Amino acid sequence: MDARRGSRVVKPKVRQVGFFTLDAPNPPGRSLSGPVGFGSSQQSLSPPTDPLSPVMIPPPRHLSDNFASRSTILPVPTPANWRNSGDQIHVGSYNPSQTLLATSPSSRIWDDELEMSEDSSTSVPYRRSGSGKIASSLPGLGVHMAAKSSENSQAVPLRTLGPNKPSGVAENNGGVPTEVQNQPPPSSSKSLKAKTTKAERRALQEAQRAAKVSAKGETNKSGTAPGKTVKQPSAMKDSTAAPSVASTDKRGGDRTLDKERKKDAPHPRMQFDDKNRVEKAKKRAVFNQTEARNRVELFRHLPQYEQGTQLPDLVSKFFQLDTIHPAIYKVGLQYMAGDICGGNARCIAMLHAFQQAIKDYSTPPQKSLGRDLTAKIGGYVSFFNECRPLSVSMGNSIRFLKNRIAKLPVNLLESEVKATLCSDIDRFINEKIIIADEVIVRHAATKIRDGDVLLTYGSSCAVEMLLLYAHELGKEFRVVVVDSRPKLEGQALLRRLIASGLKCTYTHINAISYVMHEVTRVFLGAAAVLSNGTVYSRVGTAGVAMVANAFHVPVLICCEAYKFHERVQLDSICFNELGDPDAISKVPGRKDVNYLDNLTAKEQLQCLNLMYDATPSDYVSMIVTDYGMIPPTSVPVIVREYRREHLWI
Amino acid sequence: MWWRSASFILDKQQTEGVSKPPETLSISPPVDESSMADTFQNPNPKISAYYQSRASHTAVVTSDWLAQAQAAVGFPTDEQLLSEADVKDSESGKPFSVIDEFNNWRKQPDLAEAVAAIRSLAAVIRSSQATTMMELEIELKKASDSLKSWDTTSISLTAGCDLFMRYVTRTSALEYEDFKSAKSRLIERAEKFGEISCKARRIIAMLSQDFIFDGCTILVHGFSRVVMEVLRLAAQNKKLFRVFCTEGRPDRTGLRLSNELAKLDVPVKLLIDSAVAYTMDEVDMVLVGADGVVESGGIINMMGTYQIALVAHSMNKPMYVAAESYKFARLYPLDQKDMAPALRPIDFGVPIPSKVEVEKSARDYTPPQYLTLLFTDLGVLSPSVVSDELIQLYL
Repeated sequence: MDARRGSRVVKPKVRQVGFFTLDAPNPPGRSLSGPVGFGSSQQSLSPPTDPLSPVMIPPPRHLSDNFASRSTILPVPTPANWRNSGDQIHVGSYNPSQTLLATSPSSRIWDDELEMSEDSSTSVPYRRSGSGKIASSLPGLGVHMAAKSSENSQAVPLRTLGPNKPSGVAENNGGVPTEVQNQPPPSSSKSLKAKTTKAERRALQEAQRAAKVSAKGETNKSGTAPGKTVKQPSAMKDSTAAPSVASTDKRGGDRTLDKERKKDAPHPRMQFDDKNRVEKAKKRAVFNQTEARNRVELFRHLPQYEQGTQLPDLVSKFFQLDTIHPAIYKVGLQYMAGDICGGNARCIAMLHAFQQAIKDYSTPPQKSLGRDLTAKIGGYVSFFNECRPLSVSMGNSIRFLKNRIAKLPVNLLESEVKATLCSDIDRFINEKIIIADEVIVRHAATKIRDGDVLLTYGSSCAVEMLLLYAHELGKEFRVVVVDSRPKLEGQALLRRLIASGLKCTYTHINAISYVMHEVTRVFLGAAAVLSNGTVYSRVGTAGVAMVANAFHVPVLICCEAYKFHERVQLDSICFNELGDPDAISKVPGRKDVNYLDNLTAKEQLQCLNLMYDATPSDYVSMIVTDYGMIPPTSVPVIVREYRREHLWI
Repeated sequence: MWWRSASFILDKQQTEGVSKPPETLSISPPVDESSMADTFQNPNPKISAYYQSRASHTAVVTSDWLAQAQAAVGFPTDEQLLSEADVKDSESGKPFSVIDEFNNWRKQPDLAEAVAAIRSLAAVIRSSQATTMMELEIELKKASDSLKSWDTTSISLTAGCDLFMRYVTRTSALEYEDFKSAKSRLIERAEKFGEISCKARRIIAMLSQDFIFDGCTILVHGFSRVVMEVLRLAAQNKKLFRVFCTEGRPDRTGLRLSNELAKLDVPVKLLIDSAVAYTMDEVDMVLVGADGVVESGGIINMMGTYQIALVAHSMNKPMYVAAESYKFARLYPLDQKDMAPALRPIDFGVPIPSKVEVEKSARDYTPPQYLTLLFTDLGVLSPSVVSDELIQLYL
């Protein structure tokens, strides 16, 4: 009991060691690595609470801003993987980024950067303007050599890096005062030098590996590269397995840690006006986000961060985020930058990232795969949540995945488990999203007659597929695409529709009441459908539905059943997402519209850029799902009848 | 008025037990050899077959209808039926045809089309020569398809066939090793289903009794056998109520209803169809039947129901629908024109110039928000429950 209590007291410190390297630069913290860690590992050889995946190299924990100050920038590891998984994401038209990138102003910077990163594996994938760290390419051959030699000679200390963290716990536990938490972040310090080199070596190794992988991908130079990449994980596995012998006694403490971590995990719908909770969440957050100061009173319970403050911080921390798999990290960044948006695209990207992470996962010794993997995925989920609040579709698929993990038969081998989970994820994507969309499209197409004028708002992939399908069927109809600032997603949709030869009208939401006269059907997408029939969708949808209702035009919602949620929501205030307020105060490409340029910081002006709104079920005539066409009053039936099936498939 | 709530009625029904009115329905098809000619094809494609049969036995009371009804009441006994079936099987140089069977059943004025379909499908199972379950299922499927395609405009026929297929074939009985026992189980199920469908009307009549209170005025539209049953039972229960009948142009089915009600000594007043709004303030409730109940919970019924519903809604009068559950169809019309139109000839009494177009649609769609409650054999339902039931039936 004593040990447990002790570890509980020290808990915040552990967190800091794990996540907040910037804030823990003091000598006790430093003593974790190298020989000290090795020595102390006698008493605390237990595996870390968040075990490293075999591919990930345990990163150094103290050196974050060393990278910054030295202006050595390292490419994100495994760019080849990156590209592969990127390809995986493009399923059908779910990822609108291919075409959206060029059109949406917010993602333009990212577009460039992404292109850069794809041009050559050695360039810097995430470079933020103004950081002044425009870095050289990969370190030269000499460094390579050094890294290589280090790999051999330094094998022992490297191995201890894995279990280092718990050893740090033990140290802290042993009586290091709590001042650790409140230390101001240091500038680059000379005293860190010894470890710096090691960190550097580590980083270089990463880079080297990345280079190798990319070289393999691009030039097909040799068959040795894959062998290498295969070998390394196994080596790491060995290294993680090594300390297992002496680790049994610490398990109890670990479990409590796990438990606390779980307990402490911020609720996905945390109320951000609750100061205590926000503080707590911040402590365990993966990266610092500056909260926007000037927020609308009614929406203070929603998270809003200064745009642009998150990325540099996150990028600089890449090597400290030892618990985050690169695939997860990448997808998280893409969420944050807005490169992946739309419920289906986000969900598919997330699931593919999970797949990647599961493939690279190995159960740490003395742990049960089910629990450990669930905890790990929980960590990934909270990372995603920090990047951008989770969508209902993501929430439901996470629930599915966790349920699958929990229901795994005990007697399976690890490799079998991983294969099952991956195929389960594939099946989920296939059955619940792709085939579901096909069914929806087929159902909804029966409601399109010749001579119809269809109206759609924003860009929904299901509606897009429907329009294209109906066009293929040879139905004669016209489409009105209604759009709104700031995202202007409709333009991307319009482009694709016109490319397929549909007759289109494009208008802004301001003209909706004018254009509604001629419309015979309104087709809308949805981010979620709640059990009272409320449709939760892109902001502006409710307005469109209301106008359509006033004109007695039927409103059809195309939504896959996996986006149904048993929650009830009456307004769009309780649960919503705040976008970048600058996006509405500035008009891109218009220099003359600058009335708000200096006003955004003022107290009196509060910009509200809501992302979603709730359409009451009265305005909805029909919801088209994979289970057929149902009235909005029947959503709870679907939720009730198919909840089990959703979890099982 | 809590005692008028649906749940109360259901509770009462359970506690009191069901008092059964006398059996009036005949069980066998009246055999009418002369009608065999028009069985294979709808003789007049201009007119929806559904309305042909309706016209044949729900039109204004005529002497020949009465004669037919008499014939139907004097129904043949079971042995007779069996022997007939045997004869049919043995003499079959001509193969068994569902549609013949269906048409035979359909002749019976009191028998709903869906029930006729259900019975003829049951007959398909009985007379099937199939030796495997799969074969039988395919045969059944073919029969139901041919029934459905015989009259695509009849919603209850389609829905009845679908429901039958669901109810009968979706059973663990099909996993019996022995084909014979499986088949007999199927027949059992089919007969049970037919029986349930037959009793539906009486169940509805009993469920709806508590909605009819003394001194109320009920507006009815067209002639619906369920509504007739409800009102008849109310009259038998010595309720004091008055009925307003619309004329029900063009086939004037309202006239027939008023005749029937007059026989029961129920005070009746006839209105022309356009006088609905004029009389609505005197009316306490509207009671209509339905051709079909669609997935949204709305109903498809005889032309004019929608406007009555609109008037009733705007005057805050309850609108009740009496419909058997075999009329629940997996349809989802979004608006009036979103259905296959059922056409019906309209006699204006004077010749219409060829340039003048005539709207011949026989029915309209009433959206669920204008309906108060549905009286069905599954219970008294609010419109949104229809979809729940359908989802549970079909998915």
